[in-house]
Amino acid sequence: MQSINRHYNILDFAIASLLRRKGKNLALLTIYTLIVALIASLIFFVQALKREAAALLQDAPDIVVQRLMAGRQDLIGLENIDRIAAIRGVSEVTPRRWGYYYDPVFGANYTVMADAKLAPQAGMATVGLGVAKNQRIGPGDIFTLTAADNSLILLNLEKALPFESELLAADMILLNPADFGKLFAFPANAATDLAVTVANPREMVTIANKIVETVPGSRPIMKSEIIRTYDAIFDWRGGMMLLVLAAALLSFVIFAWDKATGLSAEERRETGILKSIGWETGDILLLKFWEGTAISLTAFLTGVIMAYIHVFFFSAPLFAAALKGWAVLYPAFHLKPFIDPYQLSTLFFLTVLPYTAATILPSWLAASADADSAMRS
Amino acid sequence: MALRNSGKYIAFTTASGLLMLSFALHAAFSGSITVSTTNRSLVKELHLTDLCLFTEARYTRHPSLADRHAPFQEHPTAFEHFPSGSLLLPQQKTTGSLNAKY
Repeated sequence: MQSINRHYNILDFAIASLLRRKGKNLALLTIYTLIVALIASLIFFVQALKREAAALLQDAPDIVVQRLMAGRQDLIGLENIDRIAAIRGVSEVTPRRWGYYYDPVFGANYTVMADAKLAPQAGMATVGLGVAKNQRIGPGDIFTLTAADNSLILLNLEKALPFESELLAADMILLNPADFGKLFAFPANAATDLAVTVANPREMVTIANKIVETVPGSRPIMKSEIIRTYDAIFDWRGGMMLLVLAAALLSFVIFAWDKATGLSAEERRETGILKSIGWETGDILLLKFWEGTAISLTAFLTGVIMAYIHVFFFSAPLFAAALKGWAVLYPAFHLKPFIDPYQLSTLFFLTVLPYTAATILPSWLAASADADSAMRS
Repeated sequence: MALRNSGKYIAFTTASGLLMLSFALHAAFSGSITVSTTNRSLVKELHLTDLCLFTEARYTRHPSLADRHAPFQEHPTAFEHFPSGSLLLPQQKTTGSLNAKY
């Protein structure tokens, strides 16, 4: 009990000491909290997005076959469908006709795809919610796209895809294959790429290798690679993570440097006075420990809470601006909350411990000095 | 009796800790991601391969289908000029020799 009381008393003194330098410590706490909030937001956002991508793309095609021409992707001839379908283990080969359309009026890029199910008749279209919002159109409205021969194609908006599909199809325009062919002057005997379904997933690599042999100049992309792409995009070495981590690391270096280069004259005098009235070195270290903990633990807890609210309640508006870049369309989506205890504890050890340690070290040097010289310095 | 500074601090930290714990529980009880029927059928029917996150350039809209050096395809010495291009890592190829040449 006596030991607990001692901690209480020292914590009282530590907080009173922090409050004496209210302005400086409040500024420190604010910046510290914001840095923790930024890193924690990034961790939450990236983890949740990775999980979302893995779940959404689990039904992606087993293999997508592209054709390369002079090192760049080119249209693939439909005659390759039969060649690939003849490979043992391939259960289905579907041509995908899709492309990009730049809307000069709204400055947006759309992904245009031919689909006879969602646009069963020529002149009909189904669009993603991002396109509908951007063009300010709703079901039943008519909109136009400029075809390859500069003529206008009139399209009747059949329906807009629901909100839940924004992360997949916010920028999509689904056209009837006839309209698609007219829009891009797309050759009838070609597709953008081929989606291959494989009967046994364990044979995927073998089949991909056979496709390369059967269709010279082709490039198969397997589902595992597609899913892994989204793991890699937000890898810690990625631009976004690296930028934020580097900024945060630099901030901590500045904190630590500020602390480790020594105490202010006032703090040094305070240490001297405490020693002269009978405080032991251990008491002073405990005082500094509580001062460091009070700041860093408060910053950590508040920062993590702010990050959770930012990412999962407000859909990370700060990152939206960074991800959007120069694009006009950006999907509105809600991420499923997820906390990775491992990453959160790493953040704790990277933020709370170094700061607390950096607070104690110079105090230990000052506290080991003679009280008289500490007061005079 | 007025609360001591230490009492106020402990009360604040406990409240923050409890709030964090409630968030952890909120996340845990949100369950695993269930893909809606709409999204599942969209991916299956249209054979979708990518998320619609970055729509500013071809290789950022469909990073899984883009070439490894897609940003430089505009010109052999072209600089990357889309902001999201600097956020994306080059595509990781894992099938060894199969895609090594790309």
